[in-house]
Amino acid sequence: VSSDKDLFQGTLALMILKTLEAMGELHGYGIARRIEQIAGDQLVVRYGTLYPALLKLKQEGYITSAWGVSENNRRARYYKLTRAGRKQVENESQRWEKVTAILARFLSPGEETI
Amino acid sequence: MRTLRAWLLRFMGLFGRSRIDQEISEEIETHLQMQIEDNLHSGLGADQARMSALIKLGNGESARQAYRERSTLPLLENLAQDLRFTLRQLYRRPGFTTTAVLVLALGIGASVSIFAFVDAALIRPLPYENPARLVGVYESTVLCPQCNLSYLDYLDWKKNSQVFRSFDVWGYSDYLLKTPAGTESSVGVRTSPGFFRTLGVRPVLGRDFYPGEGSSSPANTALLSYSTWQRRFGGREDVIGQTVTLDDTTYTIVGVLPKTFQFAPRGNAEFWIPLSDHGPCEQRRFCHSLYGIARLKDGVSVPSALADMASIARQLEMQYPDSNHGQGATVVSLSNVIVGDLRPVLLVLQAGAGLLLLIADLNIAGLLLVRSESRKQEIAVRGALGATSVRLLRQFISEAVVLVVLGSFLGMVLADGMMSLILKLIPNSVKTGMPYLQGLGLNGHCLALTAAASLLGMVLFSIASAPRLFSANLQTDLSEGGRGSANKLWRRLGSKLVVVELAMAFVLLVAAGLFGKSLHRLLNVDLNFRPDHLATLEVEAPQNTYASDEKAVSLGREMVDRISALPGVDAVGHTSNLPLSCNCDTTVIRIAGHPWKGERIDVPMRIVSPLYFKTLQAKLLNGRYFAEADDSSKPAVIIINRTLAKRFFPGEDPIGKKIGNLELSPQSLREIVGVVDDLREGALDSEVWPAVYLPFNQAPGTSFAIVVRSRQEERSLLPTLTQVIQHIHPGIGVKNVTTMNQRLNESQTAYLHRSSTWLVGGFAGFALVLGVVGLYGVIAYSVSQRTKEIGIRMALGAQRSSVYRLILREAAWLAGLGTGIGLLGSAGMTTLVRKLLFGVPLLDGPTYAAVAALLAVFALLASYIPARQAARINAIAALRAE
Repeated sequence: VSSDKDLFQGTLALMILKTLEAMGELHGYGIARRIEQIAGDQLVVRYGTLYPALLKLKQEGYITSAWGVSENNRRARYYKLTRAGRKQVENESQRWEKVTAILARFLSPGEETI
Repeated sequence: MRTLRAWLLRFMGLFGRSRIDQEISEEIETHLQMQIEDNLHSGLGADQARMSALIKLGNGESARQAYRERSTLPLLENLAQDLRFTLRQLYRRPGFTTTAVLVLALGIGASVSIFAFVDAALIRPLPYENPARLVGVYESTVLCPQCNLSYLDYLDWKKNSQVFRSFDVWGYSDYLLKTPAGTESSVGVRTSPGFFRTLGVRPVLGRDFYPGEGSSSPANTALLSYSTWQRRFGGREDVIGQTVTLDDTTYTIVGVLPKTFQFAPRGNAEFWIPLSDHGPCEQRRFCHSLYGIARLKDGVSVPSALADMASIARQLEMQYPDSNHGQGATVVSLSNVIVGDLRPVLLVLQAGAGLLLLIADLNIAGLLLVRSESRKQEIAVRGALGATSVRLLRQFISEAVVLVVLGSFLGMVLADGMMSLILKLIPNSVKTGMPYLQGLGLNGHCLALTAAASLLGMVLFSIASAPRLFSANLQTDLSEGGRGSANKLWRRLGSKLVVVELAMAFVLLVAAGLFGKSLHRLLNVDLNFRPDHLATLEVEAPQNTYASDEKAVSLGREMVDRISALPGVDAVGHTSNLPLSCNCDTTVIRIAGHPWKGERIDVPMRIVSPLYFKTLQAKLLNGRYFAEADDSSKPAVIIINRTLAKRFFPGEDPIGKKIGNLELSPQSLREIVGVVDDLREGALDSEVWPAVYLPFNQAPGTSFAIVVRSRQEERSLLPTLTQVIQHIHPGIGVKNVTTMNQRLNESQTAYLHRSSTWLVGGFAGFALVLGVVGLYGVIAYSVSQRTKEIGIRMALGAQRSSVYRLILREAAWLAGLGTGIGLLGSAGMTTLVRKLLFGVPLLDGPTYAAVAALLAVFALLASYIPARQAARINAIAALRAE
């Protein structure tokens, strides 16, 4: 289980956005489960990190929410991407690709020294 | 943009707290339930499923807390909480809160209201272009340092001056204005054509005077003041080209001056007429009727301009010894011309208000310090329960802020009220000379001052509450026996504060006392006539209608006869200028038969009717009054006043001697027939000048100042008087219909003294109250700290009287010290206001003694209550409590 909280929080927003892009409308638990599944259970999404992150995205206008009823007949809040959110997924994905590419070069030092 | 949106939403979140809480709780609960269900599906037992879900998802409460923090602004949230707590705290101590807020409000109110006047008179620039470069230019003689100049001298000065970019003159003139409703007298100014260009003022409508307008031939054009345009012409634009009839002459209106334009020396002027150099006065070098206004060249200072003017004046003295002997020059900045008298008063008041605000702040700081002492246990408990010192400090600051905001707000309201109160203290006749007071109010400058004062208060009060915090020794404070270093500090600092406060109160009380005494002296100055039961009015008759001397004489006689016939009238007389107006309208005299070394004797000259002196009940010292028969067919006669007789006829009988002009030309010679007591022609506080009186029948004119001695209440006569005069001829203008007593009370000098007395007196009373509150605070605190000591003393057999003595001695020491320092401070203060005092010595013993006694009584009152408390201490209880 990962304890790299900082890294996780920095990337959580993008994970949420990406999840919503893939799944459409989803409630908080669904988002958490999906992230955990894709991470191969290397991550645990606690509600103390998930819900503030969802709120921040909502305040920034990337997602909206509405109350609905879950498959098990529970009242749940469903989140979905806005237009600005879709754009943000694209921007952020590109940014992260760049960052990881640069980091990859640092992490495989062999090429550097040649 | 996105961030801004988020902040905005978070700010909005401050207001939907409970709904947000409820929703997130529900969401978290759903989340948990879904996890448990999933766990059950994956085959765990019910308890196990719940356990593992809880472990995995973490602390629900802290999640809610994190969510809440994200949903609003925690800083504001805490602030609101601090505020609520502070308000609760202040509400629970109504005595302290009310005292602090009221004291602060009074301090700020006084400071701000006075500052509004200072701002209007001294800070806000005059509404002219680059007003700092404008100067007033005068002729000066020994007796009259700022005298008006003659037109011919002005032309010479202007021609020879090297220091002025432009140099113009203006003079008073009163007009009779023909209106559909009848004839009214109106106030005008004659100016040289460049006057407004020198000031840098352009008409809002029409044009300025052309250069040279009126110089070759009378221009008969006029500019209107903005208010006249609004009032008399309804603000219509087609006023340009219309005509007005002033004194039977028709003038074409060519322009309207801006609304912001004001000219304090003639604040109520309606018409501005170009000066004609063909007037009888303009062609004589000794006819002084004008005041100079000039704009300095760049780089020229007032002293160097003065030097230049003085050297020109010396040349003129040599060139025209007859008319210019003894005439120098005066150059002063225009702001000095306009607010000269007011400046020291305002500065003293502002200094007083500033000191009061400081006293108020210090007092509240002292009270807060005492409170923080008594709250040490509460603070220690809160600290022990985990409140960080930053959080506690924030609590103190928010307390200071709330107190200051409440005080400032109330202070502004008070200031607004005080301002209109002070404005009411100023009589209308004086207010026309202060056009800069128009629009007086709480402007940006006042708000800035309030903000600065508030900031000072907040910082001071926060610091005063805080020492407990930094010296806080939790253990000793919790056990309540602890005596921190703060209480020693306060006992030393607090008593010093009280000494300063009492000294300030002393200084202000002395100032108020001196002003009051000065006012009393002023109003009881020897006028040498009886001002009661005297109605006065000024009359202007149209010059064309009463052109000949005979007509003027018979008009004078008719007015006197008609008024005398009114019921209740005892006597009627008239003069050219009423007493108490000015030592102006002077003439130059020379005494026949006396050795003459070219000196120039300037004396006020009044042209009076035969019954004038009798009407005033002025005492005849020698010779006779004028008679109706002293007319142009009889030898020319003159009456002199006591000062003239004393100064120029020492040890000599003046009756029968002759007075003439500088050349002693035969037609100017007049025989002295009487000596009358010194009527006070000038202001109350100016000395009596030598003066001469001419009989009206030998020097008739068309303007009269009428005095009416009445048997009944003189005010009731006033409306009838106007009717009677205007009945003679509809073209006659009447103005300033009032009583002599009112003139006396409303004269600028009396008003200055009265308002100084009231204002400084008000402040002094307030300062005294503050000092007393401060003294009470210190003594009461000292008593509370010495409970144990007093208990021991009483247990050992001390009498109540000795406890009283113990406490009162402490108070007496402080009050004595304050009085001593106040005495020294008063010495400094009196030199500052010396010029404003009249007939009161600077070290006025009775005033000082009275103030000291007053302070002693109040100090005793302030310390008596805590002393009685001390004397009532129950020895056993006091000892047990420790």
